[in-house]
Amino acid sequence: MRKIPIKFTINGQQKEALVQSNELLINLLRDELYLTGTKYGCGIGECGACTVFVDDELVLACLTLAVTVDGKEITTIEGLAKGKELHPMQVSFLKNAAVQCGFCTPGMIMTAISLMKENPDPSEEEIREYMRGNICRCTGYTQIIKAIKEYAHNMKA
Amino acid sequence: MSKHKIVGKPIPRYDARAKVTGSLKYADDFTLPGMLYGKVLRSIYPAAKILSIDTTEAKKLKGVKAVLTAKDVPNNETVTRFGQSTEVGKGFEGLYRVLADKKVRFMGEAVALVAAETEEIAEQALDLIKVDYEPLPGVFDPEEAMKPGAYLVGESDTNIIGEFGCSQGDVEKGFAESDIIIEDTYRVTFQDHAFMEPESGISWIDDYGVLNIRVSSQVIEHFRDVADVLGIPHNKVRYIGTIIGGGFGGKEDITVESYIALLTWYTKKPVRLVYNRDETFMCHSKRHPFVMKYKVGAKKDGKLFALEAELIGDSGGYPYLSAWVTLYATVNAAGPYVIPNVRVKADVVLTNNTFTSANRGFGAPQPNVAYESIMDELSRKLNIDPVEMRRINCITTGGALSTTGQVFNTYVAFPEAAEKAWEALGEPTESKDDNIKIGRGLAVGLMSYGRMTFLHDTSRCYVKLESDGSVLIRSGIPDLGAGQISLLCQIVAEELGVPMSKIRIYHSDTALTPLAGTTTATRQCYMSGNATLKAAREVRGRILKKAAEILNVNEGNLDIVDENVVVTYDPSQYVSLNKVVKACDSAGIELFCEAQFNAPFTPVPDLSNIRGTTHPDFTFGAQSAEVAVDIETGQVKVKKIVTCYDVGKAINKAAVEGQMEGGSIYGMGYALYEDYQLEKGVPKTVSFAEYRIPSSLDVPEVETILIESGGGLGPYGAKGIGEPACSIIAPALINAVYDAVGVRIKSLPITPDKILKALKEK
Repeated sequence: MRKIPIKFTINGQQKEALVQSNELLINLLRDELYLTGTKYGCGIGECGACTVFVDDELVLACLTLAVTVDGKEITTIEGLAKGKELHPMQVSFLKNAAVQCGFCTPGMIMTAISLMKENPDPSEEEIREYMRGNICRCTGYTQIIKAIKEYAHNMKA
Repeated sequence: MSKHKIVGKPIPRYDARAKVTGSLKYADDFTLPGMLYGKVLRSIYPAAKILSIDTTEAKKLKGVKAVLTAKDVPNNETVTRFGQSTEVGKGFEGLYRVLADKKVRFMGEAVALVAAETEEIAEQALDLIKVDYEPLPGVFDPEEAMKPGAYLVGESDTNIIGEFGCSQGDVEKGFAESDIIIEDTYRVTFQDHAFMEPESGISWIDDYGVLNIRVSSQVIEHFRDVADVLGIPHNKVRYIGTIIGGGFGGKEDITVESYIALLTWYTKKPVRLVYNRDETFMCHSKRHPFVMKYKVGAKKDGKLFALEAELIGDSGGYPYLSAWVTLYATVNAAGPYVIPNVRVKADVVLTNNTFTSANRGFGAPQPNVAYESIMDELSRKLNIDPVEMRRINCITTGGALSTTGQVFNTYVAFPEAAEKAWEALGEPTESKDDNIKIGRGLAVGLMSYGRMTFLHDTSRCYVKLESDGSVLIRSGIPDLGAGQISLLCQIVAEELGVPMSKIRIYHSDTALTPLAGTTTATRQCYMSGNATLKAAREVRGRILKKAAEILNVNEGNLDIVDENVVVTYDPSQYVSLNKVVKACDSAGIELFCEAQFNAPFTPVPDLSNIRGTTHPDFTFGAQSAEVAVDIETGQVKVKKIVTCYDVGKAINKAAVEGQMEGGSIYGMGYALYEDYQLEKGVPKTVSFAEYRIPSSLDVPEVETILIESGGGLGPYGAKGIGEPACSIIAPALINAVYDAVGVRIKSLPITPDKILKALKEK
């Protein structure tokens, strides 16, 4: 199959890649760029473990063709911390014990950050509604919701 | 030690930072140069005879490096073992067959393996393998499978693979003398583990010819099984267990390991294999469905007098851990109740359904659904408050299980747990809509922690204080995501008076870490916690002895606090830990220790009448729930869940609460949504859209209440909580639905259509 050249920015760095027309963003990220923080959980957009930002839009990398990120800016979980300083949402997840096995965590954090951009002062119901596409089998969501609430509270203060 | 410094605090996990930054390398995040991709060809029939397999075309495909079938496997059949050190008899050793030959026993059974240069080529090769099947009728219902003349799933002349029983008193007399009897049949279905991380692993051969397997597994002791499959010495297989992306018992049996081992052995190249999600659903174990016929008799005053239970479990196509799970169900069949006359019989039977094995709770949640439904019905019929019903009947300290007679000499948290869980529901919610009915339910239960005592369970741990005062731990412990490695670090931090940041742990590597046993059976806090405590205290003792010499005080008056050895009655007198370590080093005193902890050992019981101790100890608890049921749609909305357990001692409070919250929702999914469906052995629910697990929108905030009696057998009096946490909520929800709308659902899950049907028939 013919490979298509694409250019994009990933976590602040410019990159070029040759991708097949049917290649998925999740494979580009994981297998070629070795950004394995974006997880394969189901491959068909049902679990949210592969959630990333493309031009500040939340997308599921397992449902996105790699060619479509040409000229765009991608942020993955690896791009959130500034050096050793974690993103405050990462800190909130850490502090609130919102992490158990951790497999859903990267996607969860990306979605939570997106929620905060859209709605900086969400109610608990709004948080639960927004996060429902990211499934977690370990926590029962209690600590995850707490982490997001605390983040929102801290941002307001 | 009077006051704990780190134990009991809700400290962040050892591995949490690597998880929130995405830097942690799970099993499928690891690549090696020249790596091949493994794929598995799966049976398209649940019951069939394989007449022939033609791999010629697949082998010819460019980029294909190996195509293997059963005839290529040196030892295609072994028995499943889980690291136990004693022979426990045939009843507990299930057949483990790597690739199907003779008969196919369930749909999705592995038939052939491929390794190729790309994933696409491996998939194409699967399409080129020609398998000639002769479909067979199969049997899909365990009760049918038990009947004489039933289709035989395997090669044996019966489908029954395990029979268990226990009894006390005189059941017939017990019922004759009961004032009220309730008799009913309860059914529970298959539950998938639905962990987020699919089964995955990578294998390679190292410079010395050792086969290395880096895999997401709860049982690194499977290195022996893989070596047996290949017919090579055990020391030529090394397991490196990764941090696990959720397991819940689903990564207790061998998953990808034998496949990648074989593919690497034949190609001499690294091979990685990751299951697709539909493969995960179809091809790994499930929780055993049970048919449970119960009869319970009580006196007018509510006192239980007789219980008879007949359990039939569906093992699916292979035994795996079915016998073990059924033994647990037998022991748990009468719950935490004092009943003078009891008889339990349990059978587990092969069918051509997806195989069943360990799933969080391991045989405890199933009977819990039956006996707690009955307890609710009894309390209603006798007009006794649900908490009072438990007050009257639950085992208390010094009491014994009514199934086996195992005695509990440490604190039994009844009726305390029931009282607390019920009270915490608070004022009932008022419904503002005539169609929405509010109801509340309570359930109590128990589950063991630690493996069955006749398995002679052990765990080992190595602790070393380095010359700069940092600490190294080596433990074979696999971390499931519940915080197992973090727990060991916390224990060492407590004992050696060093901060968590100065501790490094190497874990789950059969070549480098002492074997700690399986991360199953809610055993690691108890077993490896104790092994670690023992090793740490040995090193601590040597430090205190040397410090006593330096400070010229009695070592009994010393403690290690914030990296200083301090005189307890005069904290102004101290010597830095660093200085003591250096003094020990120059005196040749060993500041390392590898310790082994042994669980109590008992003989293998008579399985037809199990008596006495079968488990080291049990965790007791209660859960309550409030639901809102829509009588027009049958929808159940869970408004509130309270979970209360005696955890003995919460070593990491946040982790314990996390287990109790997550366990509640795991059990809530079992109660309300989760139903792995098969139609004549063909799985119908192989995606998260078809097999729905609770989302953030479905669940309420879970309220946790910890009882810390200190009565556990683990370090600092801790009990295990991982599995108990999920084992009680289902009947609390059944009872809450009854309270709301007056119908009792007797088969899980409690779906809207079952509620509507029951309401219509009411």
